[in-house]
Amino acid sequence: MKEILILAEHRMGKLRDITFEVLTKGRELARKNNARLTAVIIGHDIKHLAEELAYYADEVLIFEDQRVREFHSEYYQQILSSIILDRKPEIILIPHTSCGIELAPSLAIKLNIPVITDVLDASFENGQLIVIREYFGGKLRARVILRGSSHYIATIRAGISKSEKSEVKGRITEMRGLNLADTPYKRVIELTKPPPEATDLTSADVIVAVGRGIGDAKNLPLIEELSRAIGGVIACSRPIIDMRLLPKERLVGLSGKVVKPKLYIAIGISGQFYHVYGMMNSELIVAINKDPNAPIFNVADYGIARDIFEVLPRLINKIREIKGE
Amino acid sequence: MNIIVCVKSVPITIGAELMVDGSKKRVVLDGTPFDINEWDEYALEEAVRLKERLGGNVTVVTVSSRNVDDVILKCLAKGADRAIKIVDESIQEYDAYAVTRILHAVIKNMNYDLILCGAQAGDDGYALIGVMLASLLEIPYATMARKLELINGYVRVTRELEEGFEEVVEVKLPALLTIQTGINEPRYASIMSIRRAKQKDIISLDLKSLGIIESDFENRIEIQEFFIPEKKKECIMLHGDVDEIVTKVVEVLMQRGARGF
Repeated sequence: MKEILILAEHRMGKLRDITFEVLTKGRELARKNNARLTAVIIGHDIKHLAEELAYYADEVLIFEDQRVREFHSEYYQQILSSIILDRKPEIILIPHTSCGIELAPSLAIKLNIPVITDVLDASFENGQLIVIREYFGGKLRARVILRGSSHYIATIRAGISKSEKSEVKGRITEMRGLNLADTPYKRVIELTKPPPEATDLTSADVIVAVGRGIGDAKNLPLIEELSRAIGGVIACSRPIIDMRLLPKERLVGLSGKVVKPKLYIAIGISGQFYHVYGMMNSELIVAINKDPNAPIFNVADYGIARDIFEVLPRLINKIREIKGE
Repeated sequence: MNIIVCVKSVPITIGAELMVDGSKKRVVLDGTPFDINEWDEYALEEAVRLKERLGGNVTVVTVSSRNVDDVILKCLAKGADRAIKIVDESIQEYDAYAVTRILHAVIKNMNYDLILCGAQAGDDGYALIGVMLASLLEIPYATMARKLELINGYVRVTRELEEGFEEVVEVKLPALLTIQTGINEPRYASIMSIRRAKQKDIISLDLKSLGIIESDFENRIEIQEFFIPEKKKECIMLHGDVDEIVTKVVEVLMQRGARGF
């Protein structure tokens, strides 16, 4: 029988949301190909997580060791290589995360398996893995074929599928007899939590978010004025953090916050996925960006394809006028 | 400290409407400006800063199917000492494994303490080449570096994870790191530095001299077709006079929860 293998990702004693999303993709593939779905979980003190996973997979393989208390790409690679060589699953699905992309490419090289990353959708036909993924920051998508192998690795993008729990609990198998080779050339020192914050973006009703289009620091007061005028909180996309215009606590997206305000105004934000992930579930999205083809307009409710410096001053004036200021 | 930086020349598609040709397998990029991949620009800056502090040299390596001279010149102007380019129309840039094989053929006989790559490329977003290259070279690696520090033959790397989490790891030199944006503030290339860059070494290698023949690429990955993504929901585009647009936006804001009116 065919097998679809997924890697579960967990942090601070909890399975991450992406794990359930990858399980859903795995279940879809398993159903269509009459394959079984196996989840692998690696860590220490994780029996409760394996129990939880068992409701989503036909079998859960659990490997526990002090040395993998935190994610460690080298150990993970040793463990997964051993499992893949032993069980020969057709497809291996790994979360497309900072951990997944540290692991998947090396696993692919070590086992000589084709790999594709940041996958939105996947199907398995005639021994070929066919995936949909984005190119050019989301402006285009492509159907990509991987062939010439009996096994394929794909990393799955976060936030694209819901999780579905099954009625039947799968079997849990403890992995034994696997000797990890020490890796003195790579040491995991610590996992650090985000620092306490001055602003709670996640509870804001109105967010005014700024991106690369703002140019530089001298234009930030425009955003502050707008935000003040409509009672909003200021957030931003990645380039603003990279340019050190705002602190990281203001970042919305994959490496920052996930927000769901009543109103999200995106100013000069192109709408690459690592930002969109954090704001796509806002109740109402208004986007201003001079590029009419910017992917932000694929998620916005109202779009203004104009220069932000043309629109913002007049918008602020209009609001002040109405408020009688 | 001898550092190699792998650099990619990518199309700058902000503001562009991308077209796909009749075969649907190729994106029409004629007339699209190319520039250094954003992540690679941070990697290069990090390498140059290390060199300025510790001595040694910085070599830029780039693999491409099209002319990359402008990008190379920019890298040299920003402080790289020399560049190696492998340009061949037959290179399938969408096949990360093929590109990695070429980089490996170039780098395997070089002397280096550190290899820096961008965490991903802006055009394909694969995030594959750095780790694949490290695995082929069999050297330690770490990805998504937001900070790095050299300590007794190791490099201590702060990796960016999701949701504000970070991880600190140490890898033994020689090592490969992939660099996340924001690790530093890349310098601009001045006109003077571009003029000086023209005096620096640019080595051009071809696939044959690297011992790579076409059958080395197994073509296990192929783009079947590009297409324009469907919109998740219908976006109402506001056109016309800016005053009309602004009036409409204010109306929407007032209806939908903006306070202070």
